[in-house]
Amino acid sequence: MSEVPQSPWQAASITRIEKRTPRVTSFFFSLSRPFVYQAGQHVDVRLTAPDGYQARRSYSIASAPGKGEAMEGATIELAIEKLDDGEVSPFFHEVAAIGDEVELRGPLGGHFIWSASDGGPILLVGGGSGVVPLMAMARQREASGSKAPMTLVFSARVWDEVIFRDELVDLDGRQDGFNLVLTLTREPARRPMHHSRRIDARMMIEAVERLPKAPALAFVCGSNAFVSAAAQALIDAGVPADLIRTERYGV
Amino acid sequence: MATRGFSGRKPPTDNGERIPPGQYLEQGFPVLSAGPTPRVRTEDWSFTLKHGPRPIKKWNWSEFSALPLTRMTRDIHCVTAWTKFDTAWQGVLVDDILADAGITPPTGYTLALSFDGYSTNVPAKDLLGGKSMVALLYEGKPITSDHGGPARLLVPHLYFWKSAKWVNGLQFTERDEPGFWELRGYHIYGDPWREQRYTDDP
Repeated sequence: MSEVPQSPWQAASITRIEKRTPRVTSFFFSLSRPFVYQAGQHVDVRLTAPDGYQARRSYSIASAPGKGEAMEGATIELAIEKLDDGEVSPFFHEVAAIGDEVELRGPLGGHFIWSASDGGPILLVGGGSGVVPLMAMARQREASGSKAPMTLVFSARVWDEVIFRDELVDLDGRQDGFNLVLTLTREPARRPMHHSRRIDARMMIEAVERLPKAPALAFVCGSNAFVSAAAQALIDAGVPADLIRTERYGV
Repeated sequence: MATRGFSGRKPPTDNGERIPPGQYLEQGFPVLSAGPTPRVRTEDWSFTLKHGPRPIKKWNWSEFSALPLTRMTRDIHCVTAWTKFDTAWQGVLVDDILADAGITPPTGYTLALSFDGYSTNVPAKDLLGGKSMVALLYEGKPITSDHGGPARLLVPHLYFWKSAKWVNGLQFTERDEPGFWELRGYHIYGDPWREQRYTDDP
């Protein structure tokens, strides 16, 4: 008898749905085959129509793997932004309910990742839903008890679109080496040390100066326009290009 | 197993045959890369053909752009699942690069090398016979830095991460040596029609 290769796809069912912002909702998936992953990785999600047509998209994992460097997770969180002209995200926002099953493959990606053993300081720069893999890193730092200095510069349009806002403000408030620098591009700043403008080199210089020493790595995630501008701002602030890792959502 | 309540946007059948499994049709031209976009000026640009560590021939921009230019209009397929039809490029066929250097492929494998340290492996047979070029123009204009300009490799029959942006060399290797993404979970060959996306795909 020949061995039947195991499909890389697995069934995952939705166990919890949590609205994060008007446009972003978190879906928690129970994995039928729990996997070992690292903060920053993504999964592919596949939906199948009755006629067999399939659509797949990549989504970053927002949850942290846990205490170790790369821990097995039985439940993962994906924070999915609704794209009006999308094919897969409208399904999640308009149809998906607790108990629904989708197919999921992962973990994927071996570059845009951080674990406690990588150390720090770490500079995270996220725009909009680009914060999702960075949130996994911030959560992993906390979950693993890492003391690596980490600053997240997070650009959102308005206060109500700040994904994971309460959790980030809480992490910042612990004063254990994690700093949140929030910048709102269409509203005044709400908190001291936060900003109300697009990310620029001056903001990056200040973020670097808040770290105890120069960043060991910088992770930048968001739309292509955001990542291009933010990566250039980091380079202008003196961060070497080869320390900057980017993830572009392609649009 | 169908997903409850999902109908999707199946492409029209006349397009269906042009879209590899698991891909969707994209009208825009998304940008993806592992790091910041390098701004390579043509006066600083060069392209080196190598056999292992040994350089065979090196061209500067004016020498390289004086090589015969060929047009290629092809569908391209990104591993992140978008497919774009009829992308129009002009550049120097890898066949013509080898001819100008006066060599035939010394090995069966290559690594394409880029200014930002990126690399990707492509078998020599996938670069020859008019299948691949170092592209200099997209839709008749210089390729923008976002899309890999001033020059990028174009291997349209493989997933688009094989079409290295900011290319500055081609190295013949004795073995099939995995490049940047191939070392980070992506398939060693990357045929979109066989859905060779990740390392463990057949």
